[in-house]
Amino acid sequence: MSATTSRAGRTTAGIDYSKLIQPDRVHGSLYTDPAIFAEELERIWYQGWVYVGHTSEVPEPGDYVRKSIGPQDLVMTRDKDGQVHLLLNRCAHRGNLVCEDARGNSNSFRCPYHGWTYRNNGQLLGYPYNQGYGGKGKLDLAMGSVPRVESYRGFVFGSFAHDGPSLAEHLGPAAGEIDRLAALSPEGEIELNAGWLKHRTRANWKLLAENETDGYHPQFVHGSIFSVTGSPIGALYSDKSTAVTRNLGHGHSENDLRPEFRNFAEPMRWFGTTESRVPEYVAAMRAAYGDDAERILIEGAPHVMIFPNLFIAEIQVFVIQPIAVNECIQHATAVQLRGAPELNKRMVSQSIGSVGPAGMLLADDTEMYERNQHGVEQLRPEWLDLSRGMKRERVDERGLTIGTATDETGMRGFWSNYKQLMEEGR
Amino acid sequence: MNGTTEQELRSIELFLYREARYADEHDYDAWEALWTDDALYWVPADEDANDPRTQVSVIYDNRNRISTRLKQLRTGKRYSQSPPSNLRRLLTNIEVLGVDKGDTVVGANFFVAESRERGTQFWAGRVTYHLRIVDGEFRMSYKKVKLVDSDRALPTMAFLI
Repeated sequence: MSATTSRAGRTTAGIDYSKLIQPDRVHGSLYTDPAIFAEELERIWYQGWVYVGHTSEVPEPGDYVRKSIGPQDLVMTRDKDGQVHLLLNRCAHRGNLVCEDARGNSNSFRCPYHGWTYRNNGQLLGYPYNQGYGGKGKLDLAMGSVPRVESYRGFVFGSFAHDGPSLAEHLGPAAGEIDRLAALSPEGEIELNAGWLKHRTRANWKLLAENETDGYHPQFVHGSIFSVTGSPIGALYSDKSTAVTRNLGHGHSENDLRPEFRNFAEPMRWFGTTESRVPEYVAAMRAAYGDDAERILIEGAPHVMIFPNLFIAEIQVFVIQPIAVNECIQHATAVQLRGAPELNKRMVSQSIGSVGPAGMLLADDTEMYERNQHGVEQLRPEWLDLSRGMKRERVDERGLTIGTATDETGMRGFWSNYKQLMEEGR
Repeated sequence: MNGTTEQELRSIELFLYREARYADEHDYDAWEALWTDDALYWVPADEDANDPRTQVSVIYDNRNRISTRLKQLRTGKRYSQSPPSNLRRLLTNIEVLGVDKGDTVVGANFFVAESRERGTQFWAGRVTYHLRIVDGEFRMSYKKVKLVDSDRALPTMAFLI
């Protein structure tokens, strides 16, 4: 963008985020300006906690899987002691790609360029013709790694910052939503081992993050599939719904559908089925949780966006990977519940129908993201309105702000956190 | 080749070209009528995803879900196909590969040009059909579409591939 631009928020001193992000509106350049995208990488993606992968993707020592933080190519490994590492996929010698396989099992990686080898914790093991360096073990070099790696119930997050808030502090009340998901397993554990759909999206990543808990769009964008299947999902996001949109802090938000499901008080309604259709699962849950099983089976799974890139949509997990200011990749998989084979097959089948490039829901969301990107590249009216439901927000018993099912409470929470991160220490 | 006569191969080719034309031209009723009741329409996601019951696929539709997919398209509000993509596909290297449970197994390579507001996208890969004669006409019981780039991030593919 040229130095003579007169668009809001740009001054010779840099980008003034307090001008671009206001309580009831945000500026279009936030989705289109490459300079803002570059600053986001530094301040959000290469600084704060970002979701990377799940421990179930590397169950055994030596297992590895290629992952990412934004455009950064990572290898998530499990070493011989069981510890999970996030290595940058780059040789310390000449910067070549060290690991070209999507996944596998190996205790070491060998760079094909000059044969340098690394342990799966990133340590340099050796280099050929070592006299050129004065012998073995003379080089103080290693693969780059993400310095802080923490997991919560198997969800592995990484932060490029050497210190800062802990993962628990970052997650705050959003951790409880991950707990709710895990509670749907009779063993209290989920697995992400059903493979990934990768959906290329020509839109800024924030359009996706905002949409994940936008309860205003489903009736319109997804009306075609709701009408054809007679799905009750649409009603959850109607003007009369008792569901709430909740700002969970730190940019996290959720559509809490429990009020609707409690009204019906039917186990498995959240999954669009009845307990008679999945008797083994329901029996396993009652055996595991006793009296509490009824509540868990009625309330169902969370619908939560964890800033900046993890979206748990009931039975799917999505990861948003920004690539450029106007491009990102959505990674999606079906949640698998340990000890629930009967439900797992159904979750794979339903996910295939719903998500990914041909999904009967996500193809249409993605069409909207791409049309939205086209729209925000137009010069006027410059702003996107964020005011829906501002005047009817309330504070719940936990002190968290809530709006109705269709209010933009989640988006406002996203932007308030974003603004803080982009302005911090300036 | 497996005892297939020139005439049989020709009739198979004509069926496949018709199927391709219905898909290209969004003739959903005609395309749907080509399927058998036990149909399976599969677009795998990844080289390693061999079991579509435990691993996610781009598409894994039984006859019922094919019907749902087409009903959604017919609403006119399937926005990822409204307006519909402008499509033309080439089908080449058609071979009869054998017989599976009485159905004729046919392999081919394909190339599709897709144009829509987003831009022009090219799709290529290998397609495997299982064909059956029902009431004197060919029907498809199985169509598997293996994209050459199925292990990479794919753009939206809401048309009939």
